[in-house]
Amino acid sequence: MRRIAEAVPDPELVVVTVGDLGIVRDIRLAGETVEIDVTPTYSACPATLAIELEIETAVNRSGHRAQVRRVLSPAWTTDWITADGRAKLKAHGIAPPLPRGNTGADSSRYFSQPAIPCPRCDSTDTKQLSAFGATACKAQYQCASCHEPFDYFKCL
Amino acid sequence: MAAASPTMVSRVAGDSDASPAHLLALLMRLGDDHLILGHRLSEWCGHAPMLEEDLALPNMALDLLGTARMCYDYAAEIEGGGKTEDDYAFLRDGTDFRHVLMVEQPNGDFAFTILRQFFFAAFMHPFWKAMTESTDVRLAAHAEKAEKELAYHVRHTGEWVIRLGDGTDESARRMNDALEALSPFVGEMFEQDSLTRALADAGILPDMDRIKSRFDHVVADTLRIATLPAFTPEFAHTGGREGRHTEYLGHLLAELQFMQRAYPGQRW
Repeated sequence: MRRIAEAVPDPELVVVTVGDLGIVRDIRLAGETVEIDVTPTYSACPATLAIELEIETAVNRSGHRAQVRRVLSPAWTTDWITADGRAKLKAHGIAPPLPRGNTGADSSRYFSQPAIPCPRCDSTDTKQLSAFGATACKAQYQCASCHEPFDYFKCL
Repeated sequence: MAAASPTMVSRVAGDSDASPAHLLALLMRLGDDHLILGHRLSEWCGHAPMLEEDLALPNMALDLLGTARMCYDYAAEIEGGGKTEDDYAFLRDGTDFRHVLMVEQPNGDFAFTILRQFFFAAFMHPFWKAMTESTDVRLAAHAEKAEKELAYHVRHTGEWVIRLGDGTDESARRMNDALEALSPFVGEMFEQDSLTRALADAGILPDMDRIKSRFDHVVADTLRIATLPAFTPEFAHTGGREGRHTEYLGHLLAELQFMQRAYPGQRW
């Protein structure tokens, strides 16, 4: 059952599953209902509801009654993305997030940028072009070695 | 549609003076701050001075709307009677809104917008950090997420304050003008009244002094690096928390609420 729920692809980043992203937190059988606890990634991620519905549909299709619960705590962190998920992101041209503590997000680190390796050529001679990319969870970078732009999945 | 709804339950400390009515009033203030500022930021979409900001401003707006939705959802649960988040956002009149006056001001130029966003983030980041210890489980859970998102907002806007403040003659002039224009609005974020005191006693709201000292530190540091004057406001507008708003709100709501008012109950 966990495999069915976790195999649901992320609607935006279809190369990874919700399992890869660490969105599925717990699964229990409660009587005849399969209860699935999921956690949202960003506060206003537009895909949150779609993900919950997809998981519900996938479990329902397997012949069980599904009930998805949105659990807010503990808060999702990019640290929950599996090694498999990171590899898939990289293969897709998206640099996976650094471990937490490397956000460089607070004021004490104005203008400092952690070195993000290029997903294509692995060079760390990269720079941020835009703090926000195609989605709120990604930033846009460019590699100075191979000159290709790429998305970086921001550490959260 | 079997949409999942958050399962965290609020818990108000048993022997406090805080009531569901108090919590509801807080959610209106917090939700409205975020809805109105989110709306103002979204007005930049398609008009920002550069593409990267045309992405950044609406994306930050989206983060704020996430908090607004949480507040209104939670309020709808408390009030019951079939209310939804949309009732709060689209069907209340101006005098029912409880946000601070700063967030309803027109966007002005990019300097004004980014400085306002910086002040807001410099407040909200330590606020959410402190709120992770709130006795209200739902708010504490949301705070865990919001704190991380606001850290990015502080950095993004703070960097712009520095680039513009310590930039060209024109950018410095605009930042100085923005600082002067925004100064009288910042204090309202720190206002205390019987509501905030009751909620603080119940452990729902944090000690405001903690937040103020962190805010002062980040603001002073950033303005200093930006070669801008120190921030020493002597006056603060008030009234937003009691529904006394500036004329700008009417025009904003006319745009925000038009569709629901013109076609009540419509659905996409």
